[in-house]
Parts: sequence; structure tokens; C-alpha cells
Amino acid sequence: MKKVYANATEALDGLLQDGMTIAAGGFGLCGIPELLLQAIKDHGAKDLTFASNNAGVDDFGIGILLQSRQVKKMMSSYVGENAEFMRQYLAGELEIEFNPQGTLAERMRAGGAGIPGFYTKTGVGTQVAEGKEHKDFDGETYILERGIVADLSIVKAWKADDTGNLVFRKTARNFNPPAAMCGKVCIAEVEEIVPRGTLDPDNIHLPGIYVHRLIQGDHEKRIEQVTTRKRENA
Amino acid sequence: MMPGDVKGWDRNQMAERAARELEDGMYVNLGIGIPTLVANYVGDKEITLQSENGMLGMGAFPYEGEEDPDLINAGKQTITELNRTAYFDSATSFGMIRGGKIAAAILGAMEVAENGDLANWMIPGKLVKGMGGAMDLVAGVGRVIVVMDHTNKAGASKLLKECSLPLTGKGVVDRIITNLGVLDVAEGGLKIVECAEGVTEDEIRAATDATIV
Repeated sequence: MKKVYANATEALDGLLQDGMTIAAGGFGLCGIPELLLQAIKDHGAKDLTFASNNAGVDDFGIGILLQSRQVKKMMSSYVGENAEFMRQYLAGELEIEFNPQGTLAERMRAGGAGIPGFYTKTGVGTQVAEGKEHKDFDGETYILERGIVADLSIVKAWKADDTGNLVFRKTARNFNPPAAMCGKVCIAEVEEIVPRGTLDPDNIHLPGIYVHRLIQGDHEKRIEQVTTRKRENA
Repeated sequence: MMPGDVKGWDRNQMAERAARELEDGMYVNLGIGIPTLVANYVGDKEITLQSENGMLGMGAFPYEGEEDPDLINAGKQTITELNRTAYFDSATSFGMIRGGKIAAAILGAMEVAENGDLANWMIPGKLVKGMGGAMDLVAGVGRVIVVMDHTNKAGASKLLKECSLPLTGKGVVDRIITNLGVLDVAEGGLKIVECAEGVTEDEIRAATDATIV
């Protein structure tokens, strides 16, 4: 079965629908599927729900889909870097479901692993726990969180082979593996597709079983906060 | 005192005091702000910093021109790796946090209550940004150490009988390091452990709304 597509638009062909739920990898602007997000914008699918740790910035990442009013709801842990997000949220045009970051990651992992719910201490006694089942284990109180199964997952990796085995680079791995796992269909965009046998089978970060479609492309890889130190004078 | 004069420790001295909480070999998560400065004062102790976006063994900021877009910390700043760094995904990262493998988290706060309740993620009616990983951290790590100013800009105590803001965690704080000194969450209220140079216990009591035991 051929997984490799020519570009993001072709890889999305037949998969996008208004009102669908999409899980997206990335942390801030690091490791985001920027080519697929642009192609979703070009397609115009609307009323989308995104499960994604962040919402990008105004003109990059999921932010471009907020600008074009294609997003109905975000399931995120932190959205502080996006002014347009705030404007739409305060105007009542956008829903937000805040998830603690680890709860969001585990909800994705669980959804992909056939686990419909799990108990966690995170959020007990806070707004996050309101309306959720509480249960005591060994004298401690936990709340029930549900696994997420998305209609579509979009992720970004560094390298792949044509079977979809993925290798990530440094902290650009972040939410990409759990996001990929929780989708009924997953599309991965990578910087390089290498020949079979090139990737070390002992060092595959996400096996190709989770990846259904694959594209290679050029990534801008924008940095959100360039922070440097001065060289000491020799 | 002149207006704006803050008694006791400055930001760096608070960070230096917080660094004394850390022991050789610990895996630690540092929050944004003063907690980030703690890394400057660990001395010879081998402390491994976790960045919850998927890294153990966080290094310093890169030299100009050596920034890597694939290598950032949880504050989205460019950083570097060490020769003992390990990378992993977010689910694994929060597995080690939730699972109690991280010895301590040092983080800032808006309010701490005498029972250890912590509020540091939202102010109702103001811009809501989200809790990020703070709720997971305070619920999961071995020890939660708050580093913050003793009072807010209006001069009101940030150590309260009860938090007025939405909570990040209930009964989660172990120790509070402020510009005035060090306090522990104890049975019945906060216990003064140490006073900053030039600060008396009476001055800490006077600046604290929470019960001192």
C-alpha cells in the first residue's frame, strides 16, 4: 500500500469534513505540521475542533485557521501566545476546553491505545475536576479523564521511510506521537523520506502502523522565542 | 523604606536560597521567572532539569547563531542539550511527572493558602491563557516549592488563609520561599523556617495574612 503523497493537499484528499475533530502535534511552534495546517486552510473546512497543546501564534500554526474562522473549539493546555485567539474567545466566537498538559497528552495516548478513560490526581480540587467522576484509590482521590479519538491526526516528524516509520528530532517530538496514535487516520509530514533500511529499527520513535499517509516538504520551522547567551571573551 | 524598596532577599538571593533545597542527583522541574534562575546556583551538585515538553538534561541558552528550532524549553525559548540529555514525547514526559519520578518542582505563584492550596494559572475576568503543565506538576512531583514575593504590588499578602483565585492544586505546596524568608506548610498553618537577612519573625507575621503556627 502506498502511503507517500505528492503534497499536503493531495494527502488530505477525501479526509476533511466540516465539524470534524483533528488532533495536531507540536508544542508552541516546535514540531507543528505546518504544511498540513496551511493545506487545511486552503481547503476551507470549517467548524473544526482541534486537540492541540497550543493554538499557534496569530500568523503561524493553528493561528492561520483561527484567522480564517475555521476553528470552532480548541482542546488545549495553554493559548497565551495568540492575540486573535483571545479576541475570538472573549467575543464568544470560539470555545476552549482547557486540559492540563499531561492530561491532554495522556488522553491522546489512551485514545490511541484503546483505553476509553483513566484516573488521574491532576486537577483534583480545581475547576478541571468539576462534573467528572471522582474515585478513591489507596486513600487518594482521582478523577476520571476520557481518552480522545480524533477523526484525523496531523503530525510532523524529522525523517520517515515510505512505510511511515517516524523519527523525530530533539524536543520537536513532544505531542506528535500521542497525537498520531489517537487519530482514526493519521497524516505525517516530514523533512525527509529515506529509503527502506536506512532507519535503525531499534530507533524508530513511532512505528508506521500509526501513519496512514505521508508527505515530504520544506518547513519554515519558525522559532517563537529566540534566547541566546553572550560568548565569553577569550 | 523608600517606595518600591523591597525588604529582604532580591530575586537572585531567592533563587540562591531555593537552590539549597536541591540535592545532588535530583531530577527537578523549574518554572518560569525566578525559578529559572535557580539553575545558576546549584554549584557542584549534579541536578538534572526536566523540561516538560520532552527533555531531561536541559542545558544553557545557545550562543547567538546556534539556535535550533527543534530545541526549546517549556517557555518556548531556545536552549541547548548536555552530554547526558534524553528526549521523549509529551505522554512519557508527564508519565514521569504524574508518576512521582521528578523529585521537586520549583514554581512561582499568585497565591498560596495556609493549607497548601496553590493558585497560579488564572485571574477571572482577565485574559485566560491556560494552566499548561502546572496542574500535572503540582499533583505529581515529590516536593512543591513556591518562590514568590511575599506581597503583591499593592502590598497585600500573597500567603492567605484561603486562596481567592481558581486553584492550580489543592493542598500541594510544601515550602514557600519569599523575599522575607522561608515558610513551610504545617499542621494548622504556615511555620516560619528561616528569616531573610535583616528581616524579623515579627515582620514576616505582620506581612502575612495566613495563620502562622
